[in-house]
Amino acid sequence: MRLIQGALAYTTLSLLSNIPMKRTLQFGLPIALAILAVGFYQAMYVAPTDAAQGDIFRLIYYHVPSNIMGLIFPYVNFVASIVFLATRRSNPMRAQAADAVALASAEVTLVFVSIGLATGILWAKPIWGIWWTWDPRLTSVLVLWLIYVSYLLLRRFTAGGQTETLAAVLSVFAAVDVPIVYMSIRWWRTQHPAPVFFGGPNSGFDRLMWPAMLWNLAGWFVWGVMLVVLRYKLERKRQCIEQKSALDALEAELQTSP
Amino acid sequence: MSYARIVWAHLAKDLRLEWRSKDAINGMLFFSLLVVVLFSFAFDPTMAVSRRIAGGILWVALLFASTTALNQTWTRELRNQVLDAQRMAPSPASALFVAKVLANFLFVTMIQVVLGPLFIIFYNLHALGQGWWMAAVLPLGTLALVVNGTFFAALSLRTRNREMLLPLILFPVSIPALLAMVQSTSAILTGEFDPGLWINMLAGYDIIFMTLCLLMFETILNAE
Repeated sequence: MRLIQGALAYTTLSLLSNIPMKRTLQFGLPIALAILAVGFYQAMYVAPTDAAQGDIFRLIYYHVPSNIMGLIFPYVNFVASIVFLATRRSNPMRAQAADAVALASAEVTLVFVSIGLATGILWAKPIWGIWWTWDPRLTSVLVLWLIYVSYLLLRRFTAGGQTETLAAVLSVFAAVDVPIVYMSIRWWRTQHPAPVFFGGPNSGFDRLMWPAMLWNLAGWFVWGVMLVVLRYKLERKRQCIEQKSALDALEAELQTSP
Repeated sequence: MSYARIVWAHLAKDLRLEWRSKDAINGMLFFSLLVVVLFSFAFDPTMAVSRRIAGGILWVALLFASTTALNQTWTRELRNQVLDAQRMAPSPASALFVAKVLANFLFVTMIQVVLGPLFIIFYNLHALGQGWWMAAVLPLGTLALVVNGTFFAALSLRTRNREMLLPLILFPVSIPALLAMVQSTSAILTGEFDPGLWINMLAGYDIIFMTLCLLMFETILNAE
């Protein structure tokens, strides 16, 4: 079990660190933009207009993918935090890389959840007649957003070598907390439309809507992964600079001391 | 020394410190009293309204008040490097955490003992549901507050402006617990729905987060 976990972490991290930053942009950006362009075309021109809601309904092709991405990347953050906590003594280099993944995925999570919330608010005003309601499903996404804001705040407020550990611990707390939040929403009555996927009977999509949804899901997924990789690389560079300056300071001290 | 004796040693020390200074209790008591008074100015509660909002006000007041005390609970260990001594001590780190939680639990419970009657007087409350359920809700809710609060206070101990950071990381994680406390208290006061589900959820929250905190405490105590 430990071996598998180690191998998985190692391959992911070495894969991540072997692609140069420029390559990521050169390949990732065109692919992501191309898929998103198809997704945009499908969503705006091909997919049928909703009978009851009209064209504003097309916002769902951005609302649902953003929220799904906002629920996927917290898992990346959680797994990376666990890897960090497990390896921070035995393999500090790998732990540093895992921490960079955790930070990158947390920031991307925040972006996607913010977009999900914003599109939801824009959709709610014409359809529900209100910008926001303290409906459980909305509330739980808002809580997710708040938790990740506090995660990034914690990272900003701490200094030195303890940032990574404290942030990883908070990430574990967030991972435990979010399902509890999600359960508590099911116990309240809900105003949000039933979940599109696995929502039970009478939920779900017309056949003609699927291409737009799937293209946008794929496009935003590639976009999100690209952002995470870029942010990861940036953080690795920052870590290297920090380590180098620490080393330089240490060496300078060794030279000056009698 | 057995685990229980270590916990007791930590707890006795904290209780003795508090007995001599009375910092935490006095601060919390006056603070929560102020919040209760301020809220009644802000909402001008009549009998019917007060029954609906009292649960929320009670728990928000306690949440705010306990953060003021939780900030002090670890900073007093920083003086004279007491915390470093405790990290080097051959006793389990979780014993220290359990003792701190118990101490804070006792302090907040004392606040409730004083605040409860005042609350009933100021908001003209009498429960329409089964009032004795509060005997379960109050300890469970307090535990949920102080377990996470004590943990996050230790987590933010060595950060820049820790006084500010504690509520920022404690409140988001505590939202489901706060929801359960307020819902169960409102259910008891209004008698409109059954508090059982929310009390169960509160108990589950306590168990889950107590376990998590005990597992993680050593990590954050030695995080450097």
